[in-house]
Amino acid sequence: MSKNLRITNNKFIDQTTKISFKFDGKTLYGFKGDTLASALLANNIHLVGRSFKYHRPRGIMACGSEEPNAIVQVGNDASITEPNTRATEIELYEGLEASSQNCWPSVNFDIGAVNNFFSPLIPAAFYYKTFMWPANFWKLYEYFIRKSAGLGKSPTEPDKDIYDHRYLHCDVLVVGGGISGIMAAKVAAKSNLNTVLIDDKNNLGGTTLFQKNECFKINSFYSNDWLRKEIETLNSLKNLTIKTRTSLAAYHSYNYLLARENLTDHLDLNEKRDKIRQRLWKIRAKKVIIATGAMERPLIFSNNDRPGIMLSSSIKKYIDYYGVKCGQKISLFTNNDSAYETAISLNNSGVIVNSVIDIRNKTNSLIVKQAEKLGIKIYWKSSVVNTSGYKKINSIEFMKLSDDATTVIGKKIKEKCDCLGISGGWTPRVHLFTQSGGKLKFRDVDNVFLPDKSELDQISIGSCNGDFELDDVIKNSVNLTNKFLKINNNDYENLEIISSKEIDKKNIWLLPSDKPLGKTKQFLDFQNDSTANDVKLALREGFKSIEHVKRYTTTGMATDQGKLSNMHALGIIAETAGVKMGELGTTTFRPPYTPLTFGTIVGRNVGEFFDTTRKTPIHEWHVENKAEFENVGQWKRAWYYPIGNENMHEAVQRESKAARDSAGILDASTLGKIDIQGSDASEFLNRIYTNAWSKLEIGKCRYGLMLNEDGMVYDDGVTTRLSENHYLMTTTTGGAANVLSKMEDYLQTEWPELDVYLTSVTDHYGTVSICGPNSKRILTKIIPDLDLSDKEFPHMSFKNALIDNIKCRVMRISFTGEHSYEINIQSSYAKSVWEKCFEAGKEFNITPYGTETMHLLRAEKGFIIAGQDTDGTMTPVDLQMDWIINKKKYDFIGKRSLYRSDTIREDRKQLVGLLTDDPNEILEEGAQIVSETNSQPVEMLGHVTSSYYSPNLNKSIALAVVKNGKKLKGQKMFVPMKDKNISVTITDTVFLDKENKRLNA
Amino acid sequence: MFLINCPYCGERDQSEFSAGGEAHIVRPKQPTELSDDQWAEFLFMRKNIKGVQFERWNHAHGCRKWFNMVRDTSNDKIHAVYKMGEKPPIK
Repeated sequence: MSKNLRITNNKFIDQTTKISFKFDGKTLYGFKGDTLASALLANNIHLVGRSFKYHRPRGIMACGSEEPNAIVQVGNDASITEPNTRATEIELYEGLEASSQNCWPSVNFDIGAVNNFFSPLIPAAFYYKTFMWPANFWKLYEYFIRKSAGLGKSPTEPDKDIYDHRYLHCDVLVVGGGISGIMAAKVAAKSNLNTVLIDDKNNLGGTTLFQKNECFKINSFYSNDWLRKEIETLNSLKNLTIKTRTSLAAYHSYNYLLARENLTDHLDLNEKRDKIRQRLWKIRAKKVIIATGAMERPLIFSNNDRPGIMLSSSIKKYIDYYGVKCGQKISLFTNNDSAYETAISLNNSGVIVNSVIDIRNKTNSLIVKQAEKLGIKIYWKSSVVNTSGYKKINSIEFMKLSDDATTVIGKKIKEKCDCLGISGGWTPRVHLFTQSGGKLKFRDVDNVFLPDKSELDQISIGSCNGDFELDDVIKNSVNLTNKFLKINNNDYENLEIISSKEIDKKNIWLLPSDKPLGKTKQFLDFQNDSTANDVKLALREGFKSIEHVKRYTTTGMATDQGKLSNMHALGIIAETAGVKMGELGTTTFRPPYTPLTFGTIVGRNVGEFFDTTRKTPIHEWHVENKAEFENVGQWKRAWYYPIGNENMHEAVQRESKAARDSAGILDASTLGKIDIQGSDASEFLNRIYTNAWSKLEIGKCRYGLMLNEDGMVYDDGVTTRLSENHYLMTTTTGGAANVLSKMEDYLQTEWPELDVYLTSVTDHYGTVSICGPNSKRILTKIIPDLDLSDKEFPHMSFKNALIDNIKCRVMRISFTGEHSYEINIQSSYAKSVWEKCFEAGKEFNITPYGTETMHLLRAEKGFIIAGQDTDGTMTPVDLQMDWIINKKKYDFIGKRSLYRSDTIREDRKQLVGLLTDDPNEILEEGAQIVSETNSQPVEMLGHVTSSYYSPNLNKSIALAVVKNGKKLKGQKMFVPMKDKNISVTITDTVFLDKENKRLNA
Repeated sequence: MFLINCPYCGERDQSEFSAGGEAHIVRPKQPTELSDDQWAEFLFMRKNIKGVQFERWNHAHGCRKWFNMVRDTSNDKIHAVYKMGEKPPIK
């Protein structure tokens, strides 16, 4: 550490605790309390990165979240390395490793820097303009652009850290722990309001904490000493919660806010382990007080981006708070009074202040007089026109401003320096206010946007509300807080305040130069490398809207969201276009205020906690029997049960054959089950389904098709009449929740007069389905008392039964076309019933089959799957299921839509069967269907919706939707694939057992 | 994120609710007697205005009741909530 850059009498940094860290591989030392930025500066390292486009050397510029340049990669562990972190916000800890970004091979020698020499060839929107044509070259361009673009590297392995989410409710949330936030929090908490005060720094106090200057006194104390006593009294307030290292990310409507608390980022590497790294607070506050302060603006002049050019107030913080000299011979360039505070601080710490260059005419405020008294040289009405020094500034040149300030005149003065402080005035941090939907107003006198109207219960106080003088801040913050909280706290009345007042104000967005505009580089957005010239070019090219200029030039679109650059961009656009800034407005500030890690956003919802996993009561059996699973919605369903080295195709062929030849067993527990009761239950089903339900006998089952009001098939399933006013409806697995919601909607809103009650019972019952010619024999073994004769228990009927004295419902229904039964039993017994069936079926080679075989078997029979063979554009007529529409019914959901001019078109896509000429060729689901292959472009007539190889028919079968398909039966079509055209024939949708003989086999 | 005052449960977080589009579109009692245009008017046409809008909401992760809401879409201010079948308290 360069000793001569540290001053020793500093109370914020613990200079007894030395901390070692690595930057770009080099081991360096700092002290406890340093940020990475302050430690680097103390080691005389300014150059920390390269700019995005031109790869120009860039140095630390600020001291907080607005930092555009000092963006570093932290850590080199592939799972926790973090790109794009601001060195000004990283608290130094033992073991910290950080490195520069956007440079190769190193920050000192960067090959990309050739871009700087080619920069006249890389104007605004260069990429948009150049790489547009020819369109198919984009793939090539993209590869190279991606390689050279981007700042930093993403972690390549899962994040090992723990992140957390918590809720917080309070009466008053105060955002910002500077002087006004502290006073507001105290006023609120003393009035018995549950108050939370948050600040993104590791301690409270803001910039007043280190404001020790004769010109700023409260009750004859220096303002910093006065504030420190205020902070000490906060601890005794019972209603106050203070959260430091907590930065507000988002401010949404209804005072819902998100804040990120850093819990371990500042700890030594070995102390971080097994602790929660960051916590996202989800805050609902009755009232919000925004006290986020203001940011210093840079000044826009030629070569204003060299390392060593820093915001003047940041230089002050480095010397007064961190005890670090940013240089040995510092020049300051300003348009306002605040640079004089920096000059006095530097002077008092023994740093040489070359001069203050001020664009204003001589002014006589208290602080300027004090600076003059200390012998600090001031050049009035002057402007810096150029800087020199490649990797660090070594001199500046400045000239006199003309009376109208549009040009520079006279002799050029050159001044040697190793650091330049710039101050272009202050920008209130109104980001959170606008995020919450607040509207801004513009104040001409000092060119600031201020909070105006808001719909929410909130106020802004202090400098984020446009109060820049100490006495105004104190007086107005307390008054506004009292009024806002409807209380009358008089703790801060009768304070004796000394505060230097700024008398003269002057602002020039783009400072004049002695060179023509095209020959200079005046940087606006330091991180995205956009210059004043780029913005002017965009305006010349016809861009008018500020949102368009922003996107075209990328000004304000870097990771700092243009915190420093936006105002100047607006100012230059307004000036060039000749409009008032207040009318131009601002671009939209969007959350998050500072970037959040993905870890913080997802919290604990990772891995198994990412989403709910639903398992059937028989799940464990499937696992034990080596089933492969597929996800159906949130359900895990057994997909197929491979034996030995079988692949899916082999397993499915075996399962399908066994189910038709002897017996198969399926876990159907995931099907949605809705219990429907009430005196109007039949009438309700009449309106919900397309077919008629009133005459369904008790104990009988019926298949139903449910439409949307637009006539398109929505869901299907079998519903059983259990008693006069009691039905059990089944739905598709994925559709269960939506069907219930839809039916509730109609009951509550359209038909409240119906006496019907709906209960979801999907999870209450497990369902074991056994099918095949031997299913009857198996069921007889399990429930011997049940008469299974076709007369007593025909297809599409149901019986109550007992298995080992446990009540169950047995339905004789079939989705495979085989003789089959479904046993519904209370979930907790489902697995033992399954095992019973399996045991009883062993002599018949009962074969467990999964969803894939189920799909194959139903396709052989031409049964649809809602959601696979339908896609929200298919009517029952399109599906060739006209038989299920009861035309006599006065109304049902979707009925009227079935004869709209569009739905009665004959050339709609209709469901058909497809057979390939080569019976061994299996079509791909989703493949397109055409009638000829010669013309270009060829008309796409439809697509394949389901396709399998049927082991029972020994050929490939498919279902498809084809335009006018009903009339095309027997016609030849083609399915064009990448390497061939497959010839197919359109057929009926039923491939197997057209007479339904197997149902009663 | 809104705070919604469910008319059955009281104030709850928006994440418990789902939105159901424009309110007070009554399903025609005799759909079969409507022309294509009249039916399309009911089926497809929605206002989606900037300003005060009448909407249907469902307390999906709560009491599962549907109710109506008067909301200003320009600033998300909720002016009123009321039960299904009730007349809007605001015009």
